[in-house]
Amino acid sequence: MDMKVAKKLGLKERYTLMTRDLAWDTTYQPMDKVFPQTAYEGIKIHDWDKWEDPFRLTMDAYWKYQAEKERKLYAILDGFNQNNGHLSVTDARYMNVLKLFLGSTPPLELMAARGFSMMGRHMQGAGPRVACQMQAVDEYRHFQTQIHSISNYNKYYNGMDEFAHQQSRMWYLSDGKSFFDDAITAGPFEFMVAIGFAFEYVLTNILFVPFISGAAYNGDMAAMTVGFSAQSDEARHMTLGLECIKFMLEQDPDNLPIVQRWIDKWTWRGTRKLASVGMMMDYMLPKRIMSFKEAWEMYVEENGGALFKDLARYGITIPKCFGQTIEEKEHVTHQSWIGFYMKPQATPFHTWIPTPDEMDWLSEKYPNTFDKYYRPVLEYLDAQEKAGNRFDNKTAPMNCQVCVSTIKFNEPGDPMEMCFRESTYQGEKFHFCSDHCQEIFDNEPEKYIQTFISSHQVLQGNCEPDGTDVNAADFKPGQNMLDYWKLDKRALGDFNGSEDQKNFAAWREQATKN
Amino acid sequence: MAIDLRTVSITPLRQTFGHLARRMGADKPASRYMEATMDLQPVENYHYRPTWEPQYEIFDTRRTAITMKDWYALKDPRQYYYGAWTLARGKMQEVAEGDFDLVDELGLAAAYPAAGKEQALKVFLPLRHVAWASNLNKAFVSSYGYGIAISQATCYASMDQLGVAQYVSRLGLACNDLDALAAAKTAWLEGAEWQELRRYVEDLMVEKDWFEVLVAQDFALEGLLYPLIYERFNEKLNADYSPVFSMLTRFQREWFGETSKWLDAVLKATAADNPENKAQLAAWIGKWRERALVALKPVAVLAFGDEAEAILGELADNLNARAAKAGIAL
Repeated sequence: MDMKVAKKLGLKERYTLMTRDLAWDTTYQPMDKVFPQTAYEGIKIHDWDKWEDPFRLTMDAYWKYQAEKERKLYAILDGFNQNNGHLSVTDARYMNVLKLFLGSTPPLELMAARGFSMMGRHMQGAGPRVACQMQAVDEYRHFQTQIHSISNYNKYYNGMDEFAHQQSRMWYLSDGKSFFDDAITAGPFEFMVAIGFAFEYVLTNILFVPFISGAAYNGDMAAMTVGFSAQSDEARHMTLGLECIKFMLEQDPDNLPIVQRWIDKWTWRGTRKLASVGMMMDYMLPKRIMSFKEAWEMYVEENGGALFKDLARYGITIPKCFGQTIEEKEHVTHQSWIGFYMKPQATPFHTWIPTPDEMDWLSEKYPNTFDKYYRPVLEYLDAQEKAGNRFDNKTAPMNCQVCVSTIKFNEPGDPMEMCFRESTYQGEKFHFCSDHCQEIFDNEPEKYIQTFISSHQVLQGNCEPDGTDVNAADFKPGQNMLDYWKLDKRALGDFNGSEDQKNFAAWREQATKN
Repeated sequence: MAIDLRTVSITPLRQTFGHLARRMGADKPASRYMEATMDLQPVENYHYRPTWEPQYEIFDTRRTAITMKDWYALKDPRQYYYGAWTLARGKMQEVAEGDFDLVDELGLAAAYPAAGKEQALKVFLPLRHVAWASNLNKAFVSSYGYGIAISQATCYASMDQLGVAQYVSRLGLACNDLDALAAAKTAWLEGAEWQELRRYVEDLMVEKDWFEVLVAQDFALEGLLYPLIYERFNEKLNADYSPVFSMLTRFQREWFGETSKWLDAVLKATAADNPENKAQLAAWIGKWRERALVALKPVAVLAFGDEAEAILGELADNLNARAAKAGIAL
């Protein structure tokens, strides 16, 4: 027998043998039937073998590393929980960060898991298919460890208990849901640009660093450990997103305009989604890491700018929305927090007016905008609250047809003017928060007319608790929103005077005094 | 004597999340498996229909003929959420690593009788492509299956099959034989013994009902293939030569034993839900078992010669017995 010295295989050859050498072109069924989603988006791939594996991890090594990480992670979670770790956080206001996170993030990680499973089925090349499968199973890890780390908090604080029910019903979670629904209903290549590149590469730092550093700064060892443990997974996901962009661009020059349009679209959609993360950084973390503006400058303007410079050799230009995001970085977090403060009966987390110290911090971090535009509003709301006249906006908001955000952001160049746009499609008017969302709509109106906007749906009787008779003579739409959301009254409204605030103070006293 | 260590005891407001308390019928602590699984997949208020299949919602119960009152009845008796799964596989890979190291250290593969080795490699090595197809078909089930109970279990099983494909490849490397891997690929693509099996897995790649894919791939095919090769063929090689290949395929053997428990529980819960499911499962199992027997016949002949038919008959009986235990009369 002709023996070859197999042990001397290089890493790359060995990985090829362990992945794409396993694959073959089917003959009993035609390849275009086995991989029916490859062509319909217009992306042209000539040679899947040109795919450069962004990482080389066989399953045995994967299990070994991941098992080691899980063992450590769950040991720390158990210890933290057993020792009433929740009482060691800086301030009970921090719990509201967890409420925001639990509602918005694990459900989206779950969608990433399902979406990457689909990629792991439909990517025709064996190289990207395996990489996508590995990301799919990682995403299961992420939503599960996130839920597990917050599970113990849910036992003691209000507003976390119905996140699974609320993920598809809460008005303010609709932006994240529409983001992932949009990506998963697109074709495989657009999904990879949307999630693999725009979300996991361009925007991932500004999403995860604030939450995880926020946990670390505020004594939440559970969430911090989950985040740090996910870091090496995220590093793999980032390299996959970037490789995918490069691969598409190298395969055919006709791919460039399609990819560019997707980059423009998804960078903007991601930016809108991040407004609430910024609000969390600037207003909700008792111990702040840095301002959203600083984070945006570091992670998006500098790192993102360098990335797009690097991609210029393929003809890619910086996303169209970049200029607007730079202008908005000094505004969006204030507008978002004030927006949430004004809806005290409609979120499972509490709001509050920043303390005088915190206002001074905001003045320092936002010298161009805070004192001029937002401090006066917050001080006015504070005075009204103290006078027993707390602002409570009970009207349904107007939402953007694309990003589903409440329309509340300002006109570019004019912070005193709200930005509205509208397009007419098939005789019907649709509203947008920005030029970029309008452009996304105009490119694919047949998709975006489908958007589920709860402030519209409620009027049609589609947001009622199970068993409601919407045809009853005395039916009034939206009377039972709290039941529809399963929103615990104790979780609503102001932090000051809340059960969370009282319990935390009493329990901390019990844990630290005799 | 128990040591009475103390921690500050605070009475919680609730024991678990609302969706789990409703499911359990009481507010009591839920397992990590339940927290990681139950009722998490979105079921309503989707924003857009898939551009790739606009006739369906993103997650849609109509993607299979099976119906369930509760899709989370398809739960995993192993209680595998990601952490539990990866810890279990971490342990299995450690043992496998030890086996591969020992075979290498003692030169067991090199010392294996040439005739036995040739026969073993001819049977084992093309199976890396079967595992690869299984990976793909399970990824399909995981993508379109309804509810996280089934989607996560099949996602893990899909990754397991990638692992199996890689362990089989390593078996070839342990025998220091890249040529045999290349020859096995040619046999898979062209050799008469393998074509019915290749047709079987390729046909499943275009099958649209995800539950039927699960039945055909995991129950009918693997329910025959794994005992045939990783149990019976190993036993034959052990008896004729030595247990080296049993060592190098331990992962597959343990995987099958463990995974069958999960699959049988899924089939049992599905059959128990309603009589139409039961009839549908019986029809699928009957159809795909017959095709699997045809596909595996030449492979069994390659492994067992004249005994092939009798062994396959026995394994088909065992498969029928598994179905019967799950409440499915064939």
